[in-house]
Amino acid sequence: MRPWLLLLFTLTGGCATGAARPAGKASPAPAQAPAPAKPATGDSTSVDRPQYPSTYRRHPNPPVLIRNATIMTATGQEIPNGSIFLKDGRIVAVGAKVDAPADAVVVDGTGKYVTPGLVDEHSHLGVYAAPGTDAESDGNEATNPVTAEVWAEHSFWPQDPQIALAIAGGITTIQALPGSANLIGGRSAVLKLIPARTVQEMKFPGAHYGLKMACGENPKRVYGQKGGPSTRMGSMAGYRGVFIQAEGYRRKWDKWNNDHQGDLPDRNLRLESLAEVLRGDMYVQNHCYRADEMANMLDLGREFGFRIRSFHHAVEAYKIRDLLAAAGTGAAVWADWWGFKEEAMDGIKENAALLQQAGVRVNIHSDDPSGIQRLNQEAAKAMYAGVRAGIPVTRDQAIRWVTANPAWALGLDSLIGTLEPGKIADVVVWSGDPFSVYSRAIQVYNDGWLVYDRNDPAHQPRTDFQLGQTPAAGGRNDR
Amino acid sequence: MIAFLLAQTIAISGGTVYPVSGPKIANATVLIRDGKIVAVGTGVAVPSDATRIDATGKWVTPGLIDGAGQMGLVEIGAVAGTREALLKGDTIAASFNVAEGINPASVVISVTRIEGVTTVLAVPAGNLVSGQAVLIDLAGNTIEEMLIKSPVGIVLNDSETGKDFAGGSRAALVERVRRVFRDALEYERRRADFGRAQLRPLSASAADLEALLPVLHGQEPLIAYANRRSDIESALRLAREFKLKLVLAGAQEGWQIAGEIAQAAAPVLVEPLDNIPSYDALGIRYENAGLLAKAGVKVALMETDTHNSRNLRQQAGNAVAYGMTWEQALRAVTLSPAEIFGVADRYGSLESGKVANVVVWSGDPFEFTTGVEHVLIRGKEIPLKSRQTELLERYRKLPPTY
Repeated sequence: MRPWLLLLFTLTGGCATGAARPAGKASPAPAQAPAPAKPATGDSTSVDRPQYPSTYRRHPNPPVLIRNATIMTATGQEIPNGSIFLKDGRIVAVGAKVDAPADAVVVDGTGKYVTPGLVDEHSHLGVYAAPGTDAESDGNEATNPVTAEVWAEHSFWPQDPQIALAIAGGITTIQALPGSANLIGGRSAVLKLIPARTVQEMKFPGAHYGLKMACGENPKRVYGQKGGPSTRMGSMAGYRGVFIQAEGYRRKWDKWNNDHQGDLPDRNLRLESLAEVLRGDMYVQNHCYRADEMANMLDLGREFGFRIRSFHHAVEAYKIRDLLAAAGTGAAVWADWWGFKEEAMDGIKENAALLQQAGVRVNIHSDDPSGIQRLNQEAAKAMYAGVRAGIPVTRDQAIRWVTANPAWALGLDSLIGTLEPGKIADVVVWSGDPFSVYSRAIQVYNDGWLVYDRNDPAHQPRTDFQLGQTPAAGGRNDR
Repeated sequence: MIAFLLAQTIAISGGTVYPVSGPKIANATVLIRDGKIVAVGTGVAVPSDATRIDATGKWVTPGLIDGAGQMGLVEIGAVAGTREALLKGDTIAASFNVAEGINPASVVISVTRIEGVTTVLAVPAGNLVSGQAVLIDLAGNTIEEMLIKSPVGIVLNDSETGKDFAGGSRAALVERVRRVFRDALEYERRRADFGRAQLRPLSASAADLEALLPVLHGQEPLIAYANRRSDIESALRLAREFKLKLVLAGAQEGWQIAGEIAQAAAPVLVEPLDNIPSYDALGIRYENAGLLAKAGVKVALMETDTHNSRNLRQQAGNAVAYGMTWEQALRAVTLSPAEIFGVADRYGSLESGKVANVVVWSGDPFEFTTGVEHVLIRGKEIPLKSRQTELLERYRKLPPTY
């Protein structure tokens, strides 16, 4: 086990939820979080050198006590008139009664709701940035059906104005993915959604990289006239061919790393990413719509000994929910998108509810700069669609669809996604029930930092792009 | 269809009725006969032969009207063979009326209407002048049965994409439109000369010029899709010059000149959840619908994603969250679009004499907790079934039964 993995486990609070924990003596917040034991994350085990490490630093913030709010912990509890205390980037206590030091900033949560920060497992923010010109179109390296060598973080533009909009929607963590033109589109970037100058400042310390793979119509459409694949069977052969190469590559490097005998093997960036999947260090994040294709992809994973972490879009996942549950593969779905192409024709609004009922780790993703601003509403639609159809879904399960479950899909569920003592203080205060169409995020804390406050222009970040060009999210510039 | 012709009386009783044309009425009855509303209120005598719908504890509103989309004109977005809304090869497509492209068998129709949207504007897309939009009810086996009004107006693409059809400059776009309008009037004055080929070449085909005349005579609106403030102002300028009845659509930066739009009495079709900046509208924001309404502009709402036209109510709820009053938002998806599309004598409110498009909701129509309990279109109850409900039933239990 690598040092940073150890770090992840030790940071996890094991307390039962809702149990108040004394806040302890007040002390000034340190400006910086402790540095991880090993600075770089997601490093290939093929080579021993730092690879584009995270330079994320926690922003200082005074301790905060939010009290008298309805706290949706995403651990099975909804605490009325509850409180939550945040300090030094961590959740210190959650419960009906919470003590806090005198220097804590007190937020009156009367009538308000508190949830974990929302996590979007499937975003193209930064790689398909607004204003949406060709100049900002950096999501698909559509020059080869397999581009496992490209990394989304190297396209990511931190000044994308959509970032500020998503923050105002309560999003605290995203997975920014390459597009779906390719069979294998490249590495994802798991990012803390905060204003920053560089993507390194946003990289979530310790996060697993994802490998974007895509089934179905898109690769066929893009490469059908450009040398293939032009069929779904061609796509399957394409994945298998490169994973066979990756097996050889991994073998060579693992042997060399073990015995240091002979020449250093040649380094191959493409195969390096795939070898990380084979080693289980990188998660396969698989764009796939049709049930039958997902079943084929599960078999691909079995052939090469990896587990697909989650199917994305997965509009037909409900048809094979038993297979997904048995495989331990999650599903990232929309509440109601359908019909824009043939493989999306069988989308139903009860998809998420049926998956939940079958025990699949389901999350609601956006894949969209507009939808990411209201993941809570999309979860509400999917929950009530299920309930109306007689499929039981609890409010806690539905809030987990946009918090704990996507956190699991990114391998971060020990750190974020619930409101529990010891977890990172990614917290959203809502004006009302987050499942109501009339509610809005009014405060967003990322790692304890008040990154957004709807009522305070001093906490409404704007990207460079927005300065002098676009109105602020909170309602300034009413001419 | 025979069922449409059968005399049928339906009484929806016990619910809170939102007529839109007036204040809500608790514990009221909506009485429907032969497709029309014949009475609304408390103390309405219900004939003994009436079919009764118990709406106790429910909310009763007019069917929602979506002011956008390509309903019936697109089945599968990515399949060209199922798309009918774009005319290729004629950038001034004024005579292109989409009605005969509508597929009454589209599966999108039932998916939409069972969630409370009963009427939509079917809108042509692309080009500089896109064509003629038509208003349809989401029931009927033939195009004729579905059509409410054809055309409703002619669509102008006064935007970044529109200028591609006018040489690539916004200045050229406006001037091109002006020339076409002048030629239409010239054509009208000199039809005989045109027939004898004694007229200089005109900037559009005779059919397209002819189609523009009702717009130029103020009988039909010009529906101008314009987002940038300067584009909206161009549309307002054209409307002044040619004395047009103007409807603005999109109008993403409209909030910046809301007073000017109100003064011009131009109604606006807005999609509340648009806020992603582009060079066509860097000033785009969620508060647009609310700020326009506040300035006294008549606002109707759109959900432009045809397959999710059913999310019109989510658009409306968010319009409320960002500044509209609830009453304004309900009007903006019922009576206001009916007025803008020229059918308010028949649609948009629950009043005696109006077409019986009625929805019974389990609660506030804009809330996610709320479901549709009953949908009536032209006085006929619509079964709450679609291809999607069939898929659900098939896969409710695994393995499915084929």
